[in-house]
Amino acid sequence: MNFELDEEYQDLSDTVRDFADEVIAPVSARYDAAHEFPYDIVAQMGEMGLFGLPFPEEYGGMGGDYFALCLALEQIARVDQSVAITLEAGVSLGAMPIFRFGTEEQKQRWLPDLAAGQALAGFGLTEPEAGSDAGGTRTTAKREDGQWVVNGAKEFITNSGTDITRLVNVTAVTGTTELPDGRIRKDISTIIVPTDTPGFRAEKAYDKVGWNASDTHPLSLQDVRVPEENLLGEEGRGYANFLSVLDEGRIAIAALATGAAQGCVEESVRYAQERQSFGRPIGANQAVSFKIARMQARAHTARLAYYDAASRMLAGRPFKTQAAIAKLVAGEAAMDNARDATQVFGGYGFINEFRVARHYRDAKILEVGEGTTEVQLMLIARELGL
Amino acid sequence: MSQPLTIVVPVKHVPDAAGERVLAGSPPLLERTSGILSELDEYALEAAAQIVEAHGGAGAGHRVLALTMGPAGATDALKRALQLGADAGFHVLDDALAGSDAWVTARVLAAALERIARTEDRAVDLVLTGMAATDGETSLVPGQLAERLGLAHVGFASSLALAEDGASLTATRHTETEALQVVADLPALVAVTDQANTPRYPTFKAIMAAKKKPVQTWSVTDLGLDTDAVGLAGSLTEVLDAVPRPPRAAGEVVVDEGEGGIRLAEFLVARKLV
Ligand SMILES: Cc1cc2nc3c(=O)[nH]c(=O)nc-3n(C[C@H](O)[C@H](O)[C@H](O)COP(=O)(O)OP(=O)(O)OC[C@H]3O[C@@H](n4cnc5c(N)ncnc54)[C@H](O)[C@@H]3O)c2cc1C
Repeated sequence: MNFELDEEYQDLSDTVRDFADEVIAPVSARYDAAHEFPYDIVAQMGEMGLFGLPFPEEYGGMGGDYFALCLALEQIARVDQSVAITLEAGVSLGAMPIFRFGTEEQKQRWLPDLAAGQALAGFGLTEPEAGSDAGGTRTTAKREDGQWVVNGAKEFITNSGTDITRLVNVTAVTGTTELPDGRIRKDISTIIVPTDTPGFRAEKAYDKVGWNASDTHPLSLQDVRVPEENLLGEEGRGYANFLSVLDEGRIAIAALATGAAQGCVEESVRYAQERQSFGRPIGANQAVSFKIARMQARAHTARLAYYDAASRMLAGRPFKTQAAIAKLVAGEAAMDNARDATQVFGGYGFINEFRVARHYRDAKILEVGEGTTEVQLMLIARELGL
Repeated sequence: MSQPLTIVVPVKHVPDAAGERVLAGSPPLLERTSGILSELDEYALEAAAQIVEAHGGAGAGHRVLALTMGPAGATDALKRALQLGADAGFHVLDDALAGSDAWVTARVLAAALERIARTEDRAVDLVLTGMAATDGETSLVPGQLAERLGLAHVGFASSLALAEDGASLTATRHTETEALQVVADLPALVAVTDQANTPRYPTFKAIMAAKKKPVQTWSVTDLGLDTDAVGLAGSLTEVLDAVPRPPRAAGEVVVDEGEGGIRLAEFLVARKLV
């Protein structure tokens, strides 16, 4: 049993940490306040190969793995969750389905630009009427003259409306199957929809509580026609495919949430040593130091949980439950630590430009996105036979 | 370009300037058990990488070689150099080197450069250094090294470009009053400043590749030097004492109650600053 990182993982983590501190952190508050997408940072992350971390070199990737991506996400999320989710969604939701389920031709066509961070892809699963219950998908794709005609609407789609967004992987109902018991099941498939296709529209960006510098839009799809070969993976297998994408994605989100939780610890330790009250640093009060000690314990636990899920995944062992546990624990750790960190900061914790205030606004979605806390609990309970 | 280039970048392992630096021993010296590649050397490595990219890239047969003289931990500096694009590393490692000053360092590096040329069986065209090491900050080594090797020396270059044929270079040097454009024939030694470029962050691919790159270790005698010509014994200067800088005193706050400007002026006059 060994929880030490291999040297190349450690070096990657340290490098991304430096990049986050030196390049991202100084501009985070500005992008957050302006609700602006940080194109220049994304470009630099592309040059560093972060968008290509888990992909082989033949597709323009770095020849690393999913765990390498997780380490990068953790380091970035310490200082900026918006930038981290842009990377997470770009790689694990946008590019990964093409790598996992795409034909050789689809991979050759889309992956090199995505892996270089020069283009972004979104993953359009959630709909106005279908969130946790993705089986409720209403968007349809019908075959017509060698094309798919896609109609419907999507909700909350990350990276779907930037200037460099090239495509969205859209889940849609492509037929129905009658089950032995007579019930009708929707066949869901995934279709690659290039964003310049007529009828595809990223609607006005949401006014979100947090993740302000990340790009999130509702999508409308009206008679969107794409070539038949834009089917991603097998027809009717879309549901199973995105479930496996989401299982992996949960590990990445857990890593991101771990970073957020750790960022809250780092800020709190620094501030507790600096800030004086009653003639001594506030950290000299056990009420403050114990709070921060508990925060550290949460971040550490979250990290172990995602390391475990990732190592199982890389070893080719089942990891669904461990990914759900990691997502659950890390999401809650981020939220709890953000609440405690803002308390340590007193009034300054309520001022938007402070990093802990940003974490406080940003962390909430970590209990919801890529499977709510309740969905994770459902998965864990199911594994227990409940 | 007629011939592929051979570029050597001497790099130094230093205590992290961003962290707490500790003085230990007698005479007190900076603790060097843990450290990093001197940040200013990253500009030299980046300059080397950019020259390679501008002259045919990785396939063109150029060699960028990182050289360090330092304790065992200095392999970390070499590793970083290999991640930032150097093709191979050379480490001069010897207990006899303890206490070496700039004079000795230049002597050892010069011998190592000659050894590298023999080992690689190619002449060194360009030596690129940082403008100073972030620990000693003497900036003496580059000039002394160029002198010993008989290379043209361009110090404090804030820009650097190689001619198309690789036979000469153009650099910019900034003095307090002017910017000089200088041209030098190769072989040459250029010390680049932190204005010369923006060092890259290594990619994961580069981190993985660095693990497979060779590092050779040489002792002082391997370089054909006498052990008493190096270290404290061979040095012209010796550190007698070192004390931590006293903590910065609290500043004086001037609250502007209508006469803030006057108070500021008085403050400056009192210190003979205006
Ligand atoms: C900023 C942001 C970015 C996003 N990015 C993407 C993206 O890129 N792609 C994408 O497809 N989606 C994305 N989403 C959508 C996100 O994944 C969904 O919001 C999430 O899955 C929850 O779905 P919902 O909002 O429809 O909530 P609902 O499913 O309606 O859930 C509402 C509440 O009911 C609970 N609940 C529902 N069913 C059950 C049950 N059976 N038992 C117990 N409790 C239950 C939920 O846990 C939750 O608390 C994003 C959302 C946000 C806010």
